[in-house]
Amino acid sequence: MTPKSATLPLLTFFIAPAFLIYAVFSVYPLISTMVLSTYDTDAAGGHSFIGFGNFTTLLTDDAWSGPFWNALTNNAVFFAIHMAVQNPVGIVLAGLLSLPRLRGRHTYRTLIFLPTMLSVVIVGFIWQLILSPLWGVSEGLLSAVGLGDWFAPWLGQEETALITLSLLSVWQFVGIPMILIYAALLNIPEDLTEAAQVDGIGHFRIFWHIKLPLIAPTVALVSILTYVGNFNAFDIVYAVKGAIAGPNFATDILGTFFYRTFFGFQLQQGSPTMGATVATVMFAVILIGVMIYLALMQRRVQRHAF
Amino acid sequence: MAQHFRWLINAFAVLVASLASCLPAHAQELRIESWRSDDRDIWTNIILPAFAAHQPRIKVRFTPTAPTEYNASLNARLAGGTAGDLITCRPFDAALGLYKQGHLIALNDLAGLEHFSAVARSAWSTDDGTVTFCLPMASVIHGFIYNKEAFEELGLKVPATEDAFFQVLEALKKDGGYTPMAMGTSDQWEAATMGFQNVGPNHWRGEEGRRALISGAAKLTDQPYVATLRHLARWGAYLGRGFKAQSYADSQTLFSLGRAAIYPAGSWDIATFRAQAPFEMGAFRPPLPQGAQDCHISDHTDIGIGVNPASPNVEAARTFLQWMTTPEFATLFANALPGFFPLSSHRIGLEDPLAQEFISWRASCKSTIRNAYQILSRGIPNLDAEIWNVSAQVINGTLSPEDAAARLQAGLAKWYGPQQK
Repeated sequence: MTPKSATLPLLTFFIAPAFLIYAVFSVYPLISTMVLSTYDTDAAGGHSFIGFGNFTTLLTDDAWSGPFWNALTNNAVFFAIHMAVQNPVGIVLAGLLSLPRLRGRHTYRTLIFLPTMLSVVIVGFIWQLILSPLWGVSEGLLSAVGLGDWFAPWLGQEETALITLSLLSVWQFVGIPMILIYAALLNIPEDLTEAAQVDGIGHFRIFWHIKLPLIAPTVALVSILTYVGNFNAFDIVYAVKGAIAGPNFATDILGTFFYRTFFGFQLQQGSPTMGATVATVMFAVILIGVMIYLALMQRRVQRHAF
Repeated sequence: MAQHFRWLINAFAVLVASLASCLPAHAQELRIESWRSDDRDIWTNIILPAFAAHQPRIKVRFTPTAPTEYNASLNARLAGGTAGDLITCRPFDAALGLYKQGHLIALNDLAGLEHFSAVARSAWSTDDGTVTFCLPMASVIHGFIYNKEAFEELGLKVPATEDAFFQVLEALKKDGGYTPMAMGTSDQWEAATMGFQNVGPNHWRGEEGRRALISGAAKLTDQPYVATLRHLARWGAYLGRGFKAQSYADSQTLFSLGRAAIYPAGSWDIATFRAQAPFEMGAFRPPLPQGAQDCHISDHTDIGIGVNPASPNVEAARTFLQWMTTPEFATLFANALPGFFPLSSHRIGLEDPLAQEFISWRASCKSTIRNAYQILSRGIPNLDAEIWNVSAQVINGTLSPEDAAARLQAGLAKWYGPQQK
């Protein structure tokens, strides 16, 4: 018996279950969605092949392209706010948690991670109450520090609704970058930081010049996870503003746009084929983003084996 | 030990007995598909026993599904041949689709159908009005509910005209003790449903205007629609502080706590306020615009019921529907569910004075339904969703009534043939 003939059944045995599950529950639905996006639905529910017609409609017909570009732009803003707030705050929190003489480290870690484990529905409900102009505590808190005039119905104004929602989402998920980066920081050997301390460098410079470059791969990973998560997002907008993502679609992102297209909304009948088209475009947006990341970032990031 | 054993045997016996009772014991058994899971007790304890008194040989069961899952799961059951014998119908296109796919029988020859007006039947008829496929069951009426104690305290009278309406709101605002009107624009639908579709029919003369839109004779940029939106634009000043982030539940709470004087209502709110508001309430109908003589109300068709042709007991199902056209059913239903009004022309006695007030408007005013529901919401952009959007924006003050009307018309003309001429 040659080694080769022995490994083949063994390989099949180990790979087959994962491959089957992945093929049936991930690859097949994805391909089937793409195929469905090339069909049109008629009144009786029948499908007919129309090639790229749905994509042309989505990108050129005002009634579709307007809401689509609006949703894509809003989604980009949603992502930008996460990148600008969630990840830096996550890094800072992780840095603070890994300070050598910090007391109550576990308590802080648990408290900051707690919102991540809450249901989005609960987060949306709590924050709607906190920010409510009728019963919320935020106006009173602002007044107490003399900023009562700053209060506004943030979730109800076109200019502020999307930013407010993004920050709610940041509040909920800031624990994820924190915990991932904290774990990476713990992995850095102490000889490196001790050597720096012997040289007389302070905590901030150690973090900035030594630790941060070493955790760069994790930061890059967190960024791409944020990207994928944000462009697939749906729940926080749905929980707070409903599928119509008001006011005037100011909080409409690709997820809610897809929901209205696929499932319909009130009197608007859902369209499985047009929904599949939107889903395919969402997949393309995420795919292109991930490919750019892989091409530009992943290769440059150096891994340090300790 | 033996005692435990006996307990187990008893439990087993109960289980077997209950399983046996589930088996079809009777040939003429009917099952009702519905999304009104809230009404399960009312059907099982009040309505169905009343029917059983007339027809003991027909056994009817009420088996509802959750509202959000109803359409999808009903479609799946109809396709799989496991759906119930009687199908509760959503209004307009959803039920029309079922009829077109052959899942509902035509009811034109049903005795008792003559008690239902053409407006009531429009929600469950083909576009040309020739075939009716569901029996109209209930409608909801729009108007304003007010806090009687607040009105008495400030010596205010119920307004009949728009001028008087805004005078009342202004007086309430000046006094400052109450939020003049409890409504928010956060969820958007109240702005359209309790705002636009509530005060609008008086402007576009109800059915006359609704039909003119469908035929293409009138446009949404015409005076009645701009006037309705101008009326709404004035609401913003009288709503609660921060109304832009106020949800439907917030508005209900604000009113039932006695902190607001007027609540733009759908009649379904009656049940909520009966349970929560401790003060005396009254209702007034949408105020008349200057120069208008006759009044129009939104008496919106909401629930119907039809027969599944695949049922083995179609005749029994028709018998049940015939009973549903009688005054007896109308009285039972209306009193069990104050705020959902039967659509038949029988005069019925209602116990709830607030519901009584709402239904009394049918005698003095002409009924119409929400103007975007029939035919006009079949394209993209969806007219109903557009009305939500612009009504909320007009009240928020971020869109002018004229621009809002122009946007509605442009959206409708984009796909609806009769409006493109």
